[in-house]
Amino acid sequence: MAEQTSTANAWPAHPADLIPAGRRRLGWGLLALATLGLLAIIVVQILYKTEMSTVGFDTWRPVIYAYILWGAALGAWQVLTRGEDGQRALFLLPALLFTIAMVIFPTLFGFYIALTDWNLSSFSGRRFNGLDNFWQMLADPYYRNALFNMVLYVLAVLVEYVIAFGLALLLNAQIRARKFFRVVFLLPLMLSPVAVSWMVGKSLMEYRFGPAATLARHLGWDNPAFFSDPITARISIMMLDAWTFIPFMMIMLLAGLQAMSREVLEAARVDGATAWQTFWQVTFPLMLPVSVTAVILRIIFKLKLADIIITLTSGGPGGATDSVSSFIYREYRDRSNVGYGTMLAMAYLVIIIVFVTWLLKFASRFVRNVN
Amino acid sequence: MSVQTTDYTVSEIRSPAAFVASRLFIYGALIFWAFVCLFPIYWTITTSFKSAVDVTQGHLVPFVDFTPDWKGWRSLGLSPDSIFQTSTVRDEFLKRFMNSVITSVGASGLAIIIGSLAAYGLVRYRYKFAWFKNEDISFFFLSQLILPPVVLALPFLVLYREVALLDTRIGLVLLYTLMVLPIVIWIMRDQFNSIPVELEEAALVDGLSIWGAFFRIVMPIALPGMVAAFILAMVLCWNEYFFAALLTSTDAKTIPVMVASQTGSQGINWWSMAALATAAIAPLAVIGIALERYLIMGMTAGSVK
Repeated sequence: MAEQTSTANAWPAHPADLIPAGRRRLGWGLLALATLGLLAIIVVQILYKTEMSTVGFDTWRPVIYAYILWGAALGAWQVLTRGEDGQRALFLLPALLFTIAMVIFPTLFGFYIALTDWNLSSFSGRRFNGLDNFWQMLADPYYRNALFNMVLYVLAVLVEYVIAFGLALLLNAQIRARKFFRVVFLLPLMLSPVAVSWMVGKSLMEYRFGPAATLARHLGWDNPAFFSDPITARISIMMLDAWTFIPFMMIMLLAGLQAMSREVLEAARVDGATAWQTFWQVTFPLMLPVSVTAVILRIIFKLKLADIIITLTSGGPGGATDSVSSFIYREYRDRSNVGYGTMLAMAYLVIIIVFVTWLLKFASRFVRNVN
Repeated sequence: MSVQTTDYTVSEIRSPAAFVASRLFIYGALIFWAFVCLFPIYWTITTSFKSAVDVTQGHLVPFVDFTPDWKGWRSLGLSPDSIFQTSTVRDEFLKRFMNSVITSVGASGLAIIIGSLAAYGLVRYRYKFAWFKNEDISFFFLSQLILPPVVLALPFLVLYREVALLDTRIGLVLLYTLMVLPIVIWIMRDQFNSIPVELEEAALVDGLSIWGAFFRIVMPIALPGMVAAFILAMVLCWNEYFFAALLTSTDAKTIPVMVASQTGSQGINWWSMAALATAAIAPLAVIGIALERYLIMGMTAGSVK
């Protein structure tokens, strides 16, 4: 923290604040006190939990309070010792301390849990077992199957993109009641996927009486069971998820269409281009940057897909619809083994980071070439 | 940044017949998709007024196919004739509902406060934190977006047990704040970038402190953006299921968890299920329709330059 410096970049530098030495000492004293307090509580807790001492708290919660106090002291230290620069640092500190405490620490802890055999419901507690979970993971056909499903689910984003682009074009055409259609098209995004997937998946698409099944029978599908064979079940899940998230891409694409300059389209028309040519040679290339942003954001959300699968099929039939998240959720629910579940999650995290980094690199090159 | 209406046709229309055909196609497609969006909602709401027979025979239109009945709402204790009687189901429902309200409002509020401050700092000042500069700090915040909930879920389950935050609303609020923080920072950065820096310079010359300028000058201008970010965060928190299902059991259960756990030994009571689903989606549907402008503003922030 001490190395942190900040200078106003927008306006001329202020004369250095004249900070009296007493104020500086107060700041350092406060920080030292808070740091000592935090460390002391942690040490006391560790001794108590490892039964080396009898003084301590039942839970680790006081450590959280100590951390919050330490954060406050850190802010005060910044302001007291560095004046206006410290006040600027104060804008960033809360979010930074919060995110570090909530992400970095649990993730590191997660990597440790991943190396243990830890059944929460048994009394034996955790047992360090090295890379056993990792080897077990490599041999787990259900995990591989879930990863394969994620590939399919991510590919489905392309279909969603085409539909969303079509809807954005429709909303951008000269139509009446544009606002009405926009609100209606946006509605699915706001509704709880769990509630909707229950009502749609379990009743609307119900085999015997659901209107969707009745319609499918009328259209000539004799046996409209949406969730019984692997391929239709996957498609049903994809459709339900698409229903929720198509509006998201649609709104971004619509904003892109409306930001496009009219002159270019006019010019294309004057040159005698047909609507089809105008779209492929003018609209689509101009929309590429927005499209790439929308698709990448959508893929990132898609990688988290879990809730509708958990509530609707719980991965069935035979793991055919499992996403990685829903598989780990069931793995934990069925066996309460946090060690193995965490190993699966950490492996997934690594895969995602590699994939998204590659995607961003690929996309940026792609967009630059077109422009 | 907001979506405006533009008045031009994308394609040139060459003959009256082609004009009519294209109109027919456009409105046909619009109405078809409106049907796709609205029918599940219609089905949910009407089912809450059906009895068992009406559900299993697939009756669709109230008053024509079936006589509506308050059955679903009565089972929740929310129908006109049962609303003044005591009902344990209603108490249970209201408790879950309040949990959802408190966690989503609390998390969105907390995320807006710390997110706006951080976004403002990142836009206006240069930081250097060891070897991390502004771009790295921004990337650190935004990269949280790709972190799937499942990675944090199990470590948090263990940690929350240790700090006695399991099955508490505070615990959920903290996690939801983490979940929406990148989105809030993304939107607010865009907002603060669009505010001319001269305004703050003038305020500083007039003798306001840095924080004074932020609260008195910048915040009022950025308020629409804050509303947009708040609503988007609300939607995400209200509908969140994964963390809530794992980390709550009795006290802090939210509405989606209650909806998902409605299976009885006799199968599913469709009418009460539908009433519950309607109650779960109604608040956001109302907010969404009323504040649609802000929602769109939040979603398009930073994507179109």
